[in-house]
Amino acid sequence: MRCRCKPFIEAVIAMPLVLPPSVLGFYLLVALAPDSPVGKLIKELFGVELVFSFPGLVVASILYSMPFMVQPLQRGFEATPKNIIEASFLAGKGWLQTLIFVILPNMKGSLLNALIITFAHTIGEFGVVLIVGGSIPEKTKVASIAIYEYVEMLDFTSAHIYSAIMVAMSFLVLLVVYAKNAHKHL
Amino acid sequence: MQKMRINIYKELRHFSLEVALRIEEGEFIAIRGRSGSGKTTLLRVIAGLEEARGVIEIGNRRWLEDRKALPPQKREVGFVFQEYALFPNMSVLQNLLYVKKDLGFALHLLKLVDLLEHKNSFPHQLSGGQQQRAALARAYMRKPKVMLLDEPLSSLDPATRGYLQTKIKELHQAFGTTTLMVSHDVAEIYRLSSRVVEIEQGKVLQEYETKEIGKRHQLHKAEVVEIDEKSIVVAFMGDIFRLPRKGSHKVGDIVEVEIKELQLV
Repeated sequence: MRCRCKPFIEAVIAMPLVLPPSVLGFYLLVALAPDSPVGKLIKELFGVELVFSFPGLVVASILYSMPFMVQPLQRGFEATPKNIIEASFLAGKGWLQTLIFVILPNMKGSLLNALIITFAHTIGEFGVVLIVGGSIPEKTKVASIAIYEYVEMLDFTSAHIYSAIMVAMSFLVLLVVYAKNAHKHL
Repeated sequence: MQKMRINIYKELRHFSLEVALRIEEGEFIAIRGRSGSGKTTLLRVIAGLEEARGVIEIGNRRWLEDRKALPPQKREVGFVFQEYALFPNMSVLQNLLYVKKDLGFALHLLKLVDLLEHKNSFPHQLSGGQQQRAALARAYMRKPKVMLLDEPLSSLDPATRGYLQTKIKELHQAFGTTTLMVSHDVAEIYRLSSRVVEIEQGKVLQEYETKEIGKRHQLHKAEVVEIDEKSIVVAFMGDIFRLPRKGSHKVGDIVEVEIKELQLV
């Protein structure tokens, strides 16, 4: 991408890395509120309210986890040799076919890395989902918030169970990623 | 007749590329010149991979008219890169079929380049020469009007290079495709091309028939292997020669020598 706005777009996408989740959550809450222009538009178009609802949690998580998906993909894309992209164009193929049949299969590693890390990161999210979702039992209450609440109630056994599951899951995810990378570099 | 007319202008970092060429259908043109003289850029402009101004015309079709350019997808060119550029996720046969779903023609091409037995191999399983033969076969899949070869043999060893030259010649004879090849190798140019275009700083320095190459180039490259006060010793064509020292040299330098001044050591 040679666009002059590239640094601007990159900065916006990377913002969740440095912003406190509560700030992002607060602005999302304001932006998606039913009486806000965006909230009204979404309600009109899709018939859903995003604040304190599961779809809202998903939208907020997508925005919050965006850099974890975009950055490995961007690196993978930039590492794709330019001449195989050009060879595809010279074979008469357009951008979409080149992307599907040449670029994506050749950055499978980055794609998988991005998916796993993003998934794991989203599971562990706390601040944004708490503010946008409101921790409504059986609706928007997620594991990371549940742990916080159990600790507040001094129910350490339940907090331990949830925490241990989270630790095991995070470790497994990272193990898979590093083992896969080590195998690639052998 | 599918005559080709090229008249292009492109600003480069240190000079401008200004090339005017007329090419007959089926001609094999060798493009020579120093590194960075604009040879590869010329091929890339013809292929539509880089922008330029001017005219590129083949038969009655215009690929470039002032700034209006057809994209590479619509130009019917075959392009062979120096570094092969095969799709790593596809087998040799899949590389060809990706260009065009014509199994019969793909197998015919693979037979022509002696790769039938490797049709199911992936690029990383092949040697450099095999990869370049696969790339060559792939470039012919679209039955292009123009074949562009960008130093296709420069990263191969001499024996493989000779074999590949034979294959390039056979394919050119089989399809009669107008071909432009960038090359530094005089033997390769002599063997394959009918006309030589020399480019210097983006401009055509001279054009001549390949058989004149010996007359045009009295100077040959030799490697300095020893130096004393008055003379230098060079390795050239498998022998060692002494010649008078002119200017400063060091061992390992490549110098241009005239055959008549060489004295066998």
